[in-house]
Amino acid sequence: MTAQVIGQDDHDPVSNAAFGFWLYIMTDCVLFASIFATFAVLHHNYAGGPTGKDLFNLPEVFAETVFLLISSVAYGFTMLALYRNERGQVLRWLIITALFGLGFIGIEITEFRHLIMAGNGPDRSGFLSAFFTLVGTHGAHVSVGLIWMAVMMFQVMNRGLTIPVKSRLMRLGIFWHFLDVIWICVFTVVYLMGAL
Amino acid sequence: MERQPVDSSGAGRGTLKSYATGFVLSLTLTVLAFGLVMRGALPLPGILFGIIGAAVVQIVVQMHYFLHLDASSSQRWNVMVLVYTVLIIAILVGGTLWIMFNMRDHMMAVSMLTGH
Amino acid sequence: MATEALFGKLTFSAIPFDSPIIMGAVGVSLLLGALVVGLITYHGKWPYLWREWFTSVDHKKIGVMYIVLAWVMLLRGFADAIMMRAQQAMALGATQGYLPPYHYDQIFSAHGTIMIIFVAMPFFIGLMNIIVPLQIGARDVAFPFVNSVSLWLSVFSAMLVMLSLGLGNFSHAGWSGYPPLSETQYSPGPGVDYWIWSLQLGGLGTLMTGINFFVTIIKMRAPGMTLMRMPVFTWTILVTMVLIMLSFPVLTVTLALLTLDRYLGMHFFTNGMGGNLMMFPNLFWIWGHPEVYIVILPAFGIYSEVIATFSRKRLFGYRSMVYASIAIAVLSFGVWLHHFFTMGAGADVNAFFGIATMVIAVPTGVKIFNWLFTMYRGRIEFTTPTLWTLGFIVTFCIGGMTGVLLAVPPADFVLHNTEFLVAHFHNMLIPGALFAYFAGYAYWFPKAFGFRLDETWGKRAFWAWLVGFYLAFMPLYALGFMGMPRRLVYYDDPGWQLYLEVAAFGTLVILLGIIFQITQLIVSIRRRKELRDLTGDPWNGRTLEWSVSSPPPFFNFANIPVVEALDAFTDMKERGVASTHPAEVHSIHMPKNTPAGVAMGGLAFVFGFAMIWHVWWMALAGIFGVLATLIVRAANEHVDYDVPASEVERTLLSLRGQR
Repeated sequence: MTAQVIGQDDHDPVSNAAFGFWLYIMTDCVLFASIFATFAVLHHNYAGGPTGKDLFNLPEVFAETVFLLISSVAYGFTMLALYRNERGQVLRWLIITALFGLGFIGIEITEFRHLIMAGNGPDRSGFLSAFFTLVGTHGAHVSVGLIWMAVMMFQVMNRGLTIPVKSRLMRLGIFWHFLDVIWICVFTVVYLMGAL
Repeated sequence: MERQPVDSSGAGRGTLKSYATGFVLSLTLTVLAFGLVMRGALPLPGILFGIIGAAVVQIVVQMHYFLHLDASSSQRWNVMVLVYTVLIIAILVGGTLWIMFNMRDHMMAVSMLTGH
Repeated sequence: MATEALFGKLTFSAIPFDSPIIMGAVGVSLLLGALVVGLITYHGKWPYLWREWFTSVDHKKIGVMYIVLAWVMLLRGFADAIMMRAQQAMALGATQGYLPPYHYDQIFSAHGTIMIIFVAMPFFIGLMNIIVPLQIGARDVAFPFVNSVSLWLSVFSAMLVMLSLGLGNFSHAGWSGYPPLSETQYSPGPGVDYWIWSLQLGGLGTLMTGINFFVTIIKMRAPGMTLMRMPVFTWTILVTMVLIMLSFPVLTVTLALLTLDRYLGMHFFTNGMGGNLMMFPNLFWIWGHPEVYIVILPAFGIYSEVIATFSRKRLFGYRSMVYASIAIAVLSFGVWLHHFFTMGAGADVNAFFGIATMVIAVPTGVKIFNWLFTMYRGRIEFTTPTLWTLGFIVTFCIGGMTGVLLAVPPADFVLHNTEFLVAHFHNMLIPGALFAYFAGYAYWFPKAFGFRLDETWGKRAFWAWLVGFYLAFMPLYALGFMGMPRRLVYYDDPGWQLYLEVAAFGTLVILLGIIFQITQLIVSIRRRKELRDLTGDPWNGRTLEWSVSSPPPFFNFANIPVVEALDAFTDMKERGVASTHPAEVHSIHMPKNTPAGVAMGGLAFVFGFAMIWHVWWMALAGIFGVLATLIVRAANEHVDYDVPASEVERTLLSLRGQR
């Protein structure tokens, strides 16, 4: 599209795709906000079941947090390699990012599995429904991010750093960093405040 | 679509330094928050204040060092929609909590007393 | 067990053979469908439709398809309305009408869902698709492919609702689907699931449209078109897109939580086990109230365009109009509790939301005065669009006043859940939204198709609708004061029947209006030669969409216009630079058509259908198909092409040749 925007102050021609993706991120913020609000309303509705204090394993959550943080930074290095146009480095950092992301998901799945095996699944109480949904929605986003990352590795290998590939990698970066920001809210509101 | 080079895509560029700074700060704040809860050295309001404060600061840190949001003109629309979204989220979450807890108090929620 | 794995809950008994009314409706629908399919096949138009329409990413064609969807669904939703009015008119005492309660409940649930989600939404989205890029001087929207996906998600989710007619049933829990009624315990059948998945998929398409048009308006305006030079319609659409982006995710979550309750036995909105059913109305209306403004704001934009054009004057108070729209964007997020004043919040909470509700009437009032002042001393031409607008202004004021009445919590305690409320919101939505869409339909029809609609039949339709509206809904106000609850299937108070008979007669008058509108379309197509718009500017318009031929070339503008003032086209005409044939044309970059949009819509339909009937393998296949289509599409880097200058020239000449 060639239509330039002169009518406003920013003369920097900002790509529509990046702006559109940023708007999507905003809508996702509202989505998470609604689930957080639901969790906040239901967070004491244990229905005689276990509380957060009974269930949460903070060292495990801390490990998860560090995994996701490292993954987020590793994506930063992917972007640095992208600016230098080093295809091999981009691939290598993408793999590191994905491995730490997989680690995060792995810990989360283990946690969920233990809870469900012990009879504390999402159907146990309103609190656990909200817990599984909130943490699970974040986890689902991370999983989609990982699938996207796999597709991008494939595209980087096959096609190299073309303009569409670069643009997608940039958007994936926004997505990945955004998920880390959401996780800050999750571990604070769900785990830390729940364990108090 | 997707015809502009990545450079002018609206997201600011990171540097090795920005990612490293962001990482160290985020890690410190995370350790601080978990430490406050796991050691339990402070009284409850202190811990709450501490972890919420650490979370807010960490969000700002990651927005700045990882997502490179700033007040520059190329980011004007991005920041504007973010500010408006945060406003609506505040109304949404704040309003919901106000309404739902007000309602619970007024209806003498039997469910809360019996643990249902 | 094997059949259950293969077909889920789907059996032959899902088809309601025992209900003659439903089977009749199914028969008529199938007959009409077969007739359309047969005609297309007979004329061999399938390849044409596929090539030029279904796979199109042209915003004008997508807009037309949205409006066709809206009209089809309007007929369905209106058929529901007539059935309800007929039932209530005859359901006194022992007669109990002709509809069993379970069927009646489905009808009012389907009516609400269809009219809001599958009539109002696609109608304004269609109009905005056709007009907004033209008004801002752009060649297309920001993401043409996403636009196509949005359309097909809407179409296929509407098809899910239609399917529920003959396969299983629709929700009986009202269009708002409050739990615990909508929970599995009280609604074990597929009805609520039809409601959930059609809303969920349609909502997803709408959300993508919101992002798409926000980017389009912010990033793709013609040189010189500052924000404060944008036409009012574009402004209201911009604000509407903000509302969509920030409210539809809440709907997604609300429906998803109910889905989790129903499918995985969770406890968000259940009675026991720590659920909180009051959270559902809270979340639903955080979306639902902005949704009201989502369908009303574009209508305000259409009225503004129509009034200015046919009063031959610049719109009075352009700036206040813009600021009023922005104020509504913020305020509409702060009033949602007025939908459930009676749920048990304290006086402080109710008072806050009551006052906020009254405050939001202020910017709306500003707009009413602006329209009146625009008409004052204007040379008003009483065309069909003008009539719809005038009918709106008068009628909408009545609805607004009853709204302020309902905003007073003590009054709401009396009137809540009565026919008064039904009268109020129909009084807002029919003149407030639907009349505007009809006005926009008549106003922009020549732009989309190159010929005007017949005025005589248009005016007849208007009068039938207006008179029918008053007959159908004014009695409901009285019934509300008399204490008649809404959604009653039968009643014992003989004092109510006369009012309900008048209301039923009103729907028949509206039916006449719809018949006139169909007649208008047929008559106009047959008289299209006389009604041909040769200038591209049949109404002496003020904005850029009138600066191109009717219909516009597929690239809209051979050369992107340069805007120097508000009402850009009037300004060009006054400066004598309008409608000049471009001195030279250049090659133009345009997106290619793609079947991926319709494929993704179809696969999402498969997914939704499979989820409703618990056919898990098919749901997985559907979702995997959507994902695969997306990945394959992303692998294709040749999604657009250059239109050579010679073809641009040829297209311009051929459109001129029609003149």
